[in-house]
Amino acid sequence: MSLEASHVTFAYRGRRKHPILQDVSLQIAPGERVGLKAPSGRGKTTLCRLLAGYEKPLSGQVLLEGKPLSSIRGACPVQMIWQHPETAVDPLLRLGDTLREAGPIDPTLLTQLHIQEAWLERYPAELSGGELQRFCLARALQPSTRYLLCDEISAMLDLVTQAQIWQFLLKTAEERRLGLLVVSHSEALLERVCTRVIGLAEGM
Amino acid sequence: MKRQNSRKSTLLFLGVTVFLLLFLVVIGLGVEEEATVTDFTRTNLAPSLRYPFGTDWMGRDMFLRTLAGLSLSIRIGLLTAGVSAVVALLLGVAAATLGPRVDGCISWCIDLVMGIPHILLVMLISIACGRGFVGVVTGVALSHWTSLARLVRGEILQLRQAPYMLAAEKLGVSRFRQARLHMLPHILPQFLTGLVLLFPHAILHEASVTFLGFGLASEQPAIGVILSESMRYLTTGKWWLALFPGLALVLVVILFALLGDRLRRWLDPASVHA
Repeated sequence: MSLEASHVTFAYRGRRKHPILQDVSLQIAPGERVGLKAPSGRGKTTLCRLLAGYEKPLSGQVLLEGKPLSSIRGACPVQMIWQHPETAVDPLLRLGDTLREAGPIDPTLLTQLHIQEAWLERYPAELSGGELQRFCLARALQPSTRYLLCDEISAMLDLVTQAQIWQFLLKTAEERRLGLLVVSHSEALLERVCTRVIGLAEGM
Repeated sequence: MKRQNSRKSTLLFLGVTVFLLLFLVVIGLGVEEEATVTDFTRTNLAPSLRYPFGTDWMGRDMFLRTLAGLSLSIRIGLLTAGVSAVVALLLGVAAATLGPRVDGCISWCIDLVMGIPHILLVMLISIACGRGFVGVVTGVALSHWTSLARLVRGEILQLRQAPYMLAAEKLGVSRFRQARLHMLPHILPQFLTGLVLLFPHAILHEASVTFLGFGLASEQPAIGVILSESMRYLTTGKWWLALFPGLALVLVVILFALLGDRLRRWLDPASVHA
């Protein structure tokens, strides 16, 4: 049982004749860590958005454990983490409220991610990119989460924060048998983190 | 001397302006009957200490008539802007959320209404509704919702694609909660500012249509009626009949415009730098 993109073709509105993804198939098994590399503009983020259910493919389908992802109601087992965490949290809402709307806050998770409790009373603009990214991880790691799509999540961060985040993610993925899709330009990171790495060719 | 920060001075300005406008409404309501009292022993008097705005050809105190007229104009402005804003909100939300067909239909309506000059549209609707109070209110309300509806539609379309909205949806947050927590606080500042900025438009168009004879009835103490009637007496040197009511109308319109601008700065400080 896995998260699967089956012969997926996708084009953005107004560019139907130039699909950014053509007949792409990909499978991520539980506990598997798949790396995805490709030059900019080849559709890595688009593939993540399709796998997360934010976009609908023109043809083909995205399946979660054999069922279409679009048929899932409530909290989705597939969660995505963005490259820019400041766009992923509501700027007008305190971080604690954003975290609570996803479900009860797990204090152990906050400790593991080095998130201070005082941050929960703050607004996103009061935190740094690294702090916000850890916060986004805490939000995405709900008990129902089975797959995490990490779209260049450490590209903007300093080395220490990068190391902290990946150390935590690898440990959690192993403990919870999470399936990971790791998008990155860094081959060193992909080799270090992933069990297999695939490339995305132009018009693939 | 301690300098007040601009947020506090903006709040103070907002408070004073709202108080002034409300004061005008209440005072105008209080003197409405007195403003229609005729006294042929004091006709066509130039401005003096006793009659600061002078008197007209029927001996009516122009100061009281102006106050009553402004009050009526502000009340019509509030009513029409309120109705327009509700129409704009409903259509804007519908266009952004009910799919491309509804969006296309509403966008077409917006383009259609925006394509016709406001004053002409208000006149046509007013005539179709039998002129008078109902005609003017319907005309102004049905012609001023377009820009606000377009703004609401655009904001919602943009918000729906925001990563934090997508994340909330995938985390199983209900649609009502998404709208209440993530959409409303973002739209509200734009909406309120748009609503306040509708007032000066509505007031000016009401006065214009009434001035042209397609609006309020001549017995009502409206600024448009006063200005229209005064035209006949301007050539005989009765300058005060048009000058003071006209100036008062312009001042109220400027007050509303400033109120809208300050409200925008207060609710969305980042917009000042845009």
